[in-house]
Amino acid sequence: MKAARRPLPVWADIILLPLVNVALAFVTVGIIVRVIGVNPFHALNLLIAGAVGSPESIGYTLYYATNFIFTGLAVAVAFHGGLFNIGGEGQAYLGGLGCGLAILALDRYLPAWAMIPIAIAAAALFGAAWAAVPAWLQAWRGSHIVITTIMFNFVAAALMVYLMVNVLIAPGSMTPQSRNFEPSSSLPAMTGSALNLSLALALGCCVAVWIFLWHTPWGYALRTMGHNPEAAVYAGTNLRHMTMLAMCLSGALAGFVGVNELMGVHHRIVLDFPAGYGFAGIAVALMGRNHPLGIVVAALLFGALQQGGAELAFEIPTITREMVVVIQGLVILFSGALVQLPRPWLQGLFAFRRPS
Amino acid sequence: MTPAIELVGIDKSFGSVHAVRGVSLAIEKGAITGIVGENGAGKSTLMSILYGLYHADAGEIRVDGQPVRMESPHDAIARGIGMVHQHFMLIDTFTVLENLVLGAEGGPLLAGGLAAARAELARLSRDYGLTVDPDAKIADLSVGEQQRVEILKVLFRGARILILDEPSAVLTPQETDQLFRILATLRQRGVTIVLITHKLREIVAATDRVYVMRQGQVVAERRTAETDAEELAELMVGRKVRLQLDKAAAHRGEVRLKAERLRLVDGRGVVLLDDIDLELRAGEIVGIAGVSGNGQTELLQVLAGIRPPSSGTLTVCGRTIDARHPGDPAEMREIGVAHVPEDRLRQGMVAAFRASETAILGYHEQPPFSRNYLLRGPAVGAHCAKLMERFDVRPRVPGLRSSSFSGGNQQKLVLAREMARDPKVLLVGQPTRGVDIGAIEFIHRELVKSRDAGCAVLVVSVELDEILSLADRILVMFAGRIVGEVESGRADERTLGLMMAGAKAA
Repeated sequence: MKAARRPLPVWADIILLPLVNVALAFVTVGIIVRVIGVNPFHALNLLIAGAVGSPESIGYTLYYATNFIFTGLAVAVAFHGGLFNIGGEGQAYLGGLGCGLAILALDRYLPAWAMIPIAIAAAALFGAAWAAVPAWLQAWRGSHIVITTIMFNFVAAALMVYLMVNVLIAPGSMTPQSRNFEPSSSLPAMTGSALNLSLALALGCCVAVWIFLWHTPWGYALRTMGHNPEAAVYAGTNLRHMTMLAMCLSGALAGFVGVNELMGVHHRIVLDFPAGYGFAGIAVALMGRNHPLGIVVAALLFGALQQGGAELAFEIPTITREMVVVIQGLVILFSGALVQLPRPWLQGLFAFRRPS
Repeated sequence: MTPAIELVGIDKSFGSVHAVRGVSLAIEKGAITGIVGENGAGKSTLMSILYGLYHADAGEIRVDGQPVRMESPHDAIARGIGMVHQHFMLIDTFTVLENLVLGAEGGPLLAGGLAAARAELARLSRDYGLTVDPDAKIADLSVGEQQRVEILKVLFRGARILILDEPSAVLTPQETDQLFRILATLRQRGVTIVLITHKLREIVAATDRVYVMRQGQVVAERRTAETDAEELAELMVGRKVRLQLDKAAAHRGEVRLKAERLRLVDGRGVVLLDDIDLELRAGEIVGIAGVSGNGQTELLQVLAGIRPPSSGTLTVCGRTIDARHPGDPAEMREIGVAHVPEDRLRQGMVAAFRASETAILGYHEQPPFSRNYLLRGPAVGAHCAKLMERFDVRPRVPGLRSSSFSGGNQQKLVLAREMARDPKVLLVGQPTRGVDIGAIEFIHRELVKSRDAGCAVLVVSVELDEILSLADRILVMFAGRIVGEVESGRADERTLGLMMAGAKAA
C-alpha cells in the first residue's frame, strides 16, 4: 500500500516521538521493578536524585554524557554518509591509545598548553586511522563496513590487552596499566566528580559537525552519498574518497572518548575504558535523530541513566548492577530498535485531531 | 447488454491525496476500452482497486451486473479478471511453459501439470492466434514475445477480462502494432480488454471507447470513432494543447562533442557500446531513438563522464577523454557539459533534500553557493527561487522536500539547474518521462530555445514522437551500436521503427 497516513509534523517527529519512546521504556521498567518487589516510584525518585540530586552527581551525569556525545556524533556522521559505523568501541579504544602514547612520549618535556592539544590531536588521528582501514576495505574492496568495523572492535581489544600486558605496563606494576601521566596532560576537572573540560570539546564537536554537515560543500556531498549514491556520482563526488572522509571523521570523534577517559579521569592508560560507549553511541544517534542537538539531549538522558542507575544499585540491594543494565537496555530498545513503534499511533492521533 | 464491469462512485484517498474521486464507468463486454490520463490522474489506482490491490473508500464494483468485493487479486482472478503489468513478471531462466504454470502447478508432481498446461497452451494459441514456443527460455525471447507470454499467463488462468497497464512502454512501434493486432483478435473471440495508457496515438488506434481521467475524476467518455488525439489531449490537460512543436531550421555551428569508435565493455565482458561515432554541433538538437536498454543509458553515462570508455576517444570542447584519461562528472561540468539524467529520482536529485539543495546538485562546490569552504544558505535559496520562477516550478517553495513535487515539476527543476549556466553541451535523457502534457510542451520549448541560443543538445528518448518533434537529426541505437542516421525532415515512424528493431541499417 502507498503511505496511507500523512507524516507527523516536524516538532512531533523530533520531540514528541522520542519522549513517547522513553516513556514507554520507563513504564516497562516500572513493571519489572514492581515484579521484583520494589516500589517503582521510589526507584524513580532515587534514580533522579542519583543523576541530578547534587552538584557532584550532575558532574558525573555530564561526564558520562560527554562520552555519549562523542560516540553518538561518530555514528551520526557516518550514518549521514550511508555508512553504519559500529566500530565506535574500537575507535574509542585506539583514540585512547593515541593520546596515551603521545602523552607518555612527551609529557616530561612539554607544558600543558602544548601537551593537551597534541594529545587530543593524537586521539583523533588514532581513532581516524582505526576507522580508515574498514573504510578502505569498503571503498576499494567492497567488504561490508558493518562486518569489518565490528571485527575491528575485537582486534582493538586484543591489541590493547597485548600492549598493556607486554609493552606499556608500568615497570614493577602487577596490573596492566601504564605509568601515571604528568600533570601537564591533565584536563581541568570538577572537584568531587569526573566532569572535565572534555565536555567543552564535545560541545565544540557538536557545533563543528553541524556546520560540516549542513553548511559545507563536503557535508552536502556526504549527505548526498548517504541518501542517494547514484546522485552523488552524477554530481561528481568520488564515493571512495567520501567514504574515507566520513569514516575518518567518525573514527576521530569516537577517539575523543579516550581524551575524556584518560586525560580527564584515569591519567594513565588502562584497559576497558570504552566500556560500551561505542555501542551505546548507536542508540544515542538513533534517538537523537542523527542531529547534534538531538544527540546532546539523548546523551544527557543516557548519562543520567548511567549515573542514576549506579546510585540506584547502591541504594536498593534488590536492584543489582545487572538490573541497571536491563533498564538501560530497555531504553535503548525502545528508543533505538523500536523507535518507530509509536509512530502509527501518533499519526492516528494527529489525523484524528485534524481530519483531512 | 450488461457491461462486463461497472464501477459506481469509486472513491479513494491516500492520506491527504484524493487519488480517485467518485469515478463511475462501464466496461463493455467484448470491446476494447481505453482509460487515458496524465501521470497521477488516478488511472492506475483505479485499476488497482478493480484488481483487488487497493480497497476503495466508497463505491461499488459490479462484475456482470453482480456487486462484488475485491479483497485481493485472488478474488479478481476468480472472477475472470487478469492484469498484464507494465513490468513483466517472468522468470528469465524458466521456459514459457514453466512460467505459465507458476502458481498453478496443479499438484505435487510437475510433470502432470506441465502436460496439461501444454495442451491448454496449444488450445489458447490456436484460439487466439498467440503463437509462442512453449519450450523456449524467456531470456531468449524478444520483448514483444515476452509480453505475449504475459498475456497467455493471464488467459491460462481463465481471464475473460484483460487489463493492460501501459503495455507499449517497452515495445518498438512494430511490436506495438503487433500487440494491437493480438488485442483485436482477442476482442473477436469475446475477451474484454481495458487498456491504460497515456499515449493518445494508441488510444485512437486500438480502442472502441475511451474514458479520460483528470485529477482523479472521469472528465469525459467518448466513442473512439467520434474523437481525435487533439480533443483527447485537451480533455486530459483541461486546456488547449499544441501537440506540434514550432521550430525554425537549425543553424549549425562548430563541433562541440565528438565521439570516435567509442566502446564500453563491462566487467563480465558484455559489450554495451560498440564503435560509437557521433558528432554534436552547436545549435542543433540530435535525437537518439531506440528501444530502452540498447545502450542509450550507457552512452549518456560515458558522454557525461560518469563511466570512462573502454576504448575510443571522446572530445568535448577541446578536452579529449579516453580509457587512460577518464573524465569525471565534475570536470565535465567545468568544461560546460550539463546533463539531465534519464532517471531523475535515482540520479538527478535527492528525494529527501530540500528543493534548494537539489537545485545545486553537482554545482555545490562552485561560487556563489560555496565560498570560504562554507555553503551559503541565502545564495542557495535565492538561486532556487530564481530557477523556480524562470521554469515555473510549482509550488514555488525552495524549502520544500524535493520528493513533494510532482514529476513534471521535479523535471523542470532539474532541467532549470542544468540550463542555468548556459552550458555548451546539454545532454538530456528522457526529457519528459513521467511528465504531464502541459509540462512536456514547456520543456520542449525550453530545449529548442537553448538550441537557438547556440547550445549543442543531445536528447535520448524512448518516445519516438518526442524525438520526431524535437530533433534536427536522429540517430537510432540498437544493441549498443548506432544503426542509422536520419535528418528529421525525412524521418518517419516506420523506418525508424525498423531500425530500432535492428532490422535495417540506413
